[in-house]
Amino acid sequence: MLTSRHIMTMDDLSPEEIALILDTAESFSEVNQRRIKKLPTLRGRTVVNLFFEPSTRTRTSFEIAAKRLSADGINFSASASATAKGETLRDTAKTLAAMSCDLVVVRHKYAGAPQMLAEAMDCSIVNGGDGVHEHPTQALLDLYTMRQALGRLEGLRVGIVGDVCHSRVAGSLVPALRKVGAVPIIVGPPTLMPARPDILGAEVAYDLDEVLPTLDVAYLLRVQFERAARMPFPSNREYATLYGMNLARLEKLPAHAIVMHPGPMNRGVEISADVADSARSVILGQVESGVAVRMAVMYLLLGGADSGAAA
Amino acid sequence: MGFSEKAEVMDAEAIDRALTRIAHEILEANKGCGDVALAGIMTRGVDMASRLAERIERIEGTAVPVGSLDISFYRDDVSIRLSPEVHTTDIPYPVEGRTIVLVDDVLYTGRTIRAAMDAIMDYGRPAAIQLAVLVDRGHRELPIRADFVGKNVPTARRERVKVLLEELDGREAVVILEDDGKGE
Repeated sequence: MLTSRHIMTMDDLSPEEIALILDTAESFSEVNQRRIKKLPTLRGRTVVNLFFEPSTRTRTSFEIAAKRLSADGINFSASASATAKGETLRDTAKTLAAMSCDLVVVRHKYAGAPQMLAEAMDCSIVNGGDGVHEHPTQALLDLYTMRQALGRLEGLRVGIVGDVCHSRVAGSLVPALRKVGAVPIIVGPPTLMPARPDILGAEVAYDLDEVLPTLDVAYLLRVQFERAARMPFPSNREYATLYGMNLARLEKLPAHAIVMHPGPMNRGVEISADVADSARSVILGQVESGVAVRMAVMYLLLGGADSGAAA
Repeated sequence: MGFSEKAEVMDAEAIDRALTRIAHEILEANKGCGDVALAGIMTRGVDMASRLAERIERIEGTAVPVGSLDISFYRDDVSIRLSPEVHTTDIPYPVEGRTIVLVDDVLYTGRTIRAAMDAIMDYGRPAAIQLAVLVDRGHRELPIRADFVGKNVPTARRERVKVLLEELDGREAVVILEDDGKGE
């Protein structure tokens, strides 16, 4: 049903395929409301979560999605695997391939790791975040959440605020929004902007307060202190004053606009606690959507013809 | 499409009479409709279920709850082909302890019904599951039979049986299609 066997970047998906994933996810979210949250759909399939970077929500979300579809899920984390003993990524991939798994979800600190796995293995690969490159299922669940909350995607103005240069979330969300006809606007201090913000295809702004009244979605990015070579701004307080979402800024948003964050949050830095917990925030909705969207992705990648040939 | 119409086996009146009779039979078999709920199987079964519910209400004066069932995720051929379009299942009543009447347009191999029974069981433990179909065309691959049948239509495997409904197709009929050899 999807033309690509893998989901490594948003480039793998056409606008129609994005719509198909979101529609399918809607059916799965009905399953997630049931008392018995389990379908027999992917019985006997094996899904491996290969995480070389720490993750709670993404890994858990993929794991729950696999379990709800009756697939067998296996978790590999870098610290507990042979990687800690010096095994290369290619050898890990070949080892897993020899155990004939059907889908590998990979998170790695280097961009392109999923691509490398795809070349070394004969199974579907889903990128669960590669370096500062992309995190496509996050973008898909964000689109799903926006569509649920606002009823449409086309024409939405989405302000992606903060640490754009270190953000794989932004790396997928900007192209995803463009594919569905929404308008991405990246906002942040120049020290956290990519070297060439113009080539992303998003509108670029540096003054958050100016942009707020025009937005349908305020999407706050986590400041990724662990990826920054040095502190990109003088203090957390200064960042919060200029780019943090707080109650005063919430007032400047149109009444219908929602606040999103991919998590985990630095409360008090990019988002204040009262905004994070306010009725305008759909942050927990994003987590909830994550399971349904990942179920849809697994269903569409693993269902249909074995070995990728159309029946 | 590769398939051309060979014969019309039911017209609008025949469908209408069959549904009315099935409504009566459901009431007779269950001694009323106290614990009965209908579950239409996507997509044509859903329209048929709401038509049956209308008739039951007209006869008995009580409304029976109607739900819709998408069995895409329960199919045994998920690994071979995906459903072209997935709909959302909506069972707006508690299944526990009820008599659930599954409603579908055509009964063929029985695999859809097997999947539908699994789907219903995931919502709870019904007292009983019954099956109402407009057409039984034979060629069962599983030990499944219908409790209420509009019409038995003997067919060959290479033929297709299509139920056309006014609300979906703009025409009311049951037709047999035959492969015209031009391929799909």
